[in-house]
Amino acid sequence: MSNPTVELTLPVMQDMELAATKTAEVIAKRMDLDGEKTDEISMALIEACINAFEHSKSKDNIFIQYIIDPEKLIIKVGDKGIGFDAEVVAIPKIVEKLNSDNKRGWGLQLMKELMDTVEFQSSEDGTTVTMTKNR
Amino acid sequence: MSDFNIKVREEGDIIILETSGYLNNFGGDRVASICKQSISEGKRKLLINMENTKMVNSIGVSILIEVIEDLQGVNGTLGYYNVAPIIEKTFNIMGITNYSKIYTSEKAAIEALT
Repeated sequence: MSNPTVELTLPVMQDMELAATKTAEVIAKRMDLDGEKTDEISMALIEACINAFEHSKSKDNIFIQYIIDPEKLIIKVGDKGIGFDAEVVAIPKIVEKLNSDNKRGWGLQLMKELMDTVEFQSSEDGTTVTMTKNR
Repeated sequence: MSDFNIKVREEGDIIILETSGYLNNFGGDRVASICKQSISEGKRKLLINMENTKMVNSIGVSILIEVIEDLQGVNGTLGYYNVAPIIEKTFNIMGITNYSKIYTSEKAAIEALT
């Protein structure tokens, strides 16, 4: 039997990432995840959604799947944008951001620090980030 | 639009910004605008009470780096109190707590800055 899955489609609109976090909170509660893990999931999800909204340069909807595995919550955030190579994204450093024109670019780092695993699949047809949080 | 608000008050020579709502790009811009205005008026000690801000995003926080940068240029200080654990963790991951400080309470913050 397949794992229970919740699916959400979000338009590219200001603050729509908060709709994704509300859904995550309901699922985390259903899974008996503690508040700290729930907050970490929400923060990582916000960053994944923002990346999908902004970096995809796409006006299409983004797609989110929450897969409730017995051992973990798996979240997939997909867009139909132009794709990117996560390997070439530099790890941001605050000392370099100070006095730099570009102070942004923290999303991937936050996702990696807050979730147990983060993987990217990207092509010119879009990007899917898959994040997991263990129970 | 975000439901983000700021109240500003002064405690001696300290400017206190009390934020409420989601600190995103719009919220960050509003915080930065007030901080920059205060700095231009000669203020050097800024505190943000985040009691009613339970969630941030990295764009909003990255705008705070601009404020830190401006304060560095005038020997000023930025601090925060009533910070939710996930926001404190985010600040730590981004490293802004190396250049600004989280206090446990308004009293502790004011004592440290006075």
